[in-house]
Amino acid sequence: MTKKPARKTTAKTASVPTEQVPLVDYLRLGARPYLRAHECTKCGARYFDRRNACAKCGKTEFKNARVKNAARVKAFTIVHRAAPGVPAPYVSAIVTTEDGTTVRSNIVNCEPSPDTVRLGMKVKLTTYPIGTDDNGCEAVAYGYQPA
Amino acid sequence: MPADPNNGDDVWVLGTHMTKFGRYPDKDWVDLASESAMEAMADGKVTIHDMEILAAGSLFNASAGPGQRIQKQIGQTGIPVYNVANACATGATAIRTVYMAIKAGEAEMGLAVGVEQMGKMGMLTGATKKESKTYEPSGRFGAVTGVDGYLGTDGMPGVFAQAGMEYANDHDGVGFEQFAKVAYKNHKNSALNPLAQYRKEFSLEEVMGAPVMSYPNTLLMCCPTGDGAASVVLVSGERLKSMSKRAQKRAVKISASVLTSDPWTESGQVLPDVNTLTRNAAEQAYEKSGVDPSDLDLVELHDCFATAELLHYDNLGLCERGGAGDWIDSGGPFRDGDTPVNVSGGLISKGHPIGATGVANVYEVTTHLRGEAGDRQVKGATVGLTHVIGLGSSCGIHILEKAAV
Ligand SMILES: [Zn+2]
Repeated sequence: MTKKPARKTTAKTASVPTEQVPLVDYLRLGARPYLRAHECTKCGARYFDRRNACAKCGKTEFKNARVKNAARVKAFTIVHRAAPGVPAPYVSAIVTTEDGTTVRSNIVNCEPSPDTVRLGMKVKLTTYPIGTDDNGCEAVAYGYQPA
Repeated sequence: MPADPNNGDDVWVLGTHMTKFGRYPDKDWVDLASESAMEAMADGKVTIHDMEILAAGSLFNASAGPGQRIQKQIGQTGIPVYNVANACATGATAIRTVYMAIKAGEAEMGLAVGVEQMGKMGMLTGATKKESKTYEPSGRFGAVTGVDGYLGTDGMPGVFAQAGMEYANDHDGVGFEQFAKVAYKNHKNSALNPLAQYRKEFSLEEVMGAPVMSYPNTLLMCCPTGDGAASVVLVSGERLKSMSKRAQKRAVKISASVLTSDPWTESGQVLPDVNTLTRNAAEQAYEKSGVDPSDLDLVELHDCFATAELLHYDNLGLCERGGAGDWIDSGGPFRDGDTPVNVSGGLISKGHPIGATGVANVYEVTTHLRGEAGDRQVKGATVGLTHVIGLGSSCGIHILEKAAV
């Protein structure tokens, strides 16, 4: 569970391949990116980090689960005063996926305004690059955009 | 129904004090805590030599041994000291530590002190973003760089905004205006409290028009950082019986002292769930005390952000389930409403020096039950409730009742 996420090489242009790495290890990149949760084999509770035992039922066995990409906005805030270095305003949200998993994320490709973002709004998972390191490796974050 | 001091098993507030909250560039946290401790004991007409236990709460200085630092200032008597840190429930945890020692029969009298000196540190940012030049996964999520601002916000105004918006998603009649009314009320209340950090009234339009921190929380809907200390002296009912009539008359009974943490909830894994543990604590407190929410004459609850206060009307049973929006629209939590909430000005305007907050709430309610709250006195108050919650999470509730004598 602690192993490094595999770096994926994609041909961005024909001549310059760019190495990509997910912002967090539970984001699985590829042709169809998704979030991977550790799911309790007894009660089905899902966790994005590693747990010694299920915080809900106490069972110690987990399996990998593919979280559905379709979701609805459960709560959001439009952050105007952000941490240093973070572009603002941006929309921070808590979404509930079609299969009932709660995820923290930004809402992207959407005007950061209370007139545009709506509680209950249908969204879907997307990915986008957030920066490149000294070795030319690109970090990719996930977000949810209006569906 | 006023409390009967003849039951020796109860625990009582004998003395209490809080410093004015604000900024003290010429004092340190040891000065503030010691001053408050001395005043609380003087209020109860006792001294450090009467204390059999000391619990000291400070979130930022717990590792510096605040209890022992206070003893060096006011009296080293060799009694057991407990230094506690429990997020924003730190002060309530200090009180409960002394309460439990008295309940267990290990002490008859003890002192709880809460203190914090925050200056102008600001409470906005989450984890500091690391400037890595090479993306290497680290931490429990294998993150290659800071996630605050990319995977949602870690900033407190935003985290609590989301908690409020979750309630708005589930219930009708809750929106920006209802949240803003909370801050309008609390700023207005603070104008009557000489111990509040800020004492300025703002119109609802000014609250809503202030710079947005994290929608729907504007600057005037967020608590400030600050400095301050608060203390209580607790005594057993048995010992109180041997004290003066005046002491018995001013003593306030702790009818319930409850501390809870988060039970598992699905959404609580990513959005702090401030509701479930508050509901659990409230249920236990009402059960233990026999007090019904409708009996409460005043409530001091954890309004770190305006969006948070509204949720707790519902969590504490002050309004109908799902009806927090309607309740504030009808004036329920205002000074002259059904159940006045945060007549002190609340964290939003009285201030929130973290370790002191959970003790200052008990100071406030005690002062009203004694009829000593001056301009801000809730007339005829006999029962009150204090509530604090710290993310992580920890919730402390105390129910207090006026003495019958
Ligand atoms: Zn489980």
